[in-house]
Amino acid sequence: MPATSPRTSEAGSSLPDRQVALIDLLDRLLSGGVVLTGDVVLSIADIDLVRISLRALIMSIRSSEGGGASAGGGFPGLGAPAGGGFPGRATESGGTPGGGDGGP
Amino acid sequence: MSDRVSYVYAVLREAPGLGEAVAGLAGVAGGPVRLLPLSGVAGLLLAVSPVSSEDFQEEALKRHLEDLRWLESVARAHHAVIERLSARTTVLPLRLATVYLDDERARSALDAQGESLAERLSHLAAHVEWGVKIYVEPSASPVSEPAGPAGSEELSPGRAYLRTRKAQRTVRDTAHRAARTAAERIEETGRRYAAGRARHRVQQGELAAAPGENVLNDAYLVPRDRADEFRDEVSRATEGLDGVRVELTGPWAPYSFSTPPDTAEPVEAEPAGPAQALRGEGPPAGRESGEAARPKGNAVRAKGEPGEAAARSNSPAGNERGAET
Repeated sequence: MPATSPRTSEAGSSLPDRQVALIDLLDRLLSGGVVLTGDVVLSIADIDLVRISLRALIMSIRSSEGGGASAGGGFPGLGAPAGGGFPGRATESGGTPGGGDGGP
Repeated sequence: MSDRVSYVYAVLREAPGLGEAVAGLAGVAGGPVRLLPLSGVAGLLLAVSPVSSEDFQEEALKRHLEDLRWLESVARAHHAVIERLSARTTVLPLRLATVYLDDERARSALDAQGESLAERLSHLAAHVEWGVKIYVEPSASPVSEPAGPAGSEELSPGRAYLRTRKAQRTVRDTAHRAARTAAERIEETGRRYAAGRARHRVQQGELAAAPGENVLNDAYLVPRDRADEFRDEVSRATEGLDGVRVELTGPWAPYSFSTPPDTAEPVEAEPAGPAQALRGEGPPAGRESGEAARPKGNAVRAKGEPGEAAARSNSPAGNERGAET
């Protein structure tokens, strides 16, 4: 393990042996990173993620909101409430496009 | 089509020890990771490994993505490569599953973006990403039963229920207010330490295993040499607040900052920090103001990404971003 391995820490106490949580990883790998057009698939960003098992991760992604159902439409930071206001109520209906009950 | 294609992990700056870092390193599906120099820009490398073309054709990929185990193994392998390289140099991660027919095609695709990639790497040098999450845990706050009315006559079951509900709501509202306070403190800390902030969707669903309700899921780009102070201060954001918890993850490679923030609005406050000279970008708010102006769509797009890709995506945000950085 390299020294830079991310860890979860609560109130400053780090847990070096704990594996990175998948959800934190997917936040970054599916919505972060440079998007380039590949040869074999356009890019994961162009794949319709509506049916992905990530339902488990992000509830339902509705292909509305003018964003289509590209990855961006349902992923962190992208589908976040415009304006970036503090989403204190994000889990209650209406705030985020993905809010709802698990799965389309 | 040959049976192997090239999976690209990242673009990175040359640095001593990278050869050893990838020696014996297994990438996605166990393939050996190699570093190839870009021809267009001196000092840049890309990290690639061979994967089976069958698994990464569009149809197959769609199918695989339905399989959380498959997705997890690819994600972890991708991340392991990024981590290994990040320990030695500045790394610009690519989105998961960026695949080219062969190494040459990968190289030329990245060459085409060489300058903007190099520029982004310069911005990110000596910075790390920290994840900051806030959780509301109403259960953690003391539930004080509101005192019944004087004389405490027997309540009907209906009224008792309503009263309980009201008490629960009060607790929840209090916790959300506490969360807001914590968020403001963190934001303020970010303004003093961070070179950028990115907002992620709050974590819900089966994979969101942490207790409580996640109400904030941000990433901050922090100069490496100030990361400890930043962490300490963020950890203290919930001091004196009930029913709310802050969780830090990191340090990460700058996944959430691989794309320059939109410069939709001028930035106001200047972030403090020794690394300022390294970055020509604004404080956390800068990134956000850009985000506010974005339609919902795939906003995380590389600057200078080939225009046709943006056009093909469903994103109205597609290629509004200029090629200037």
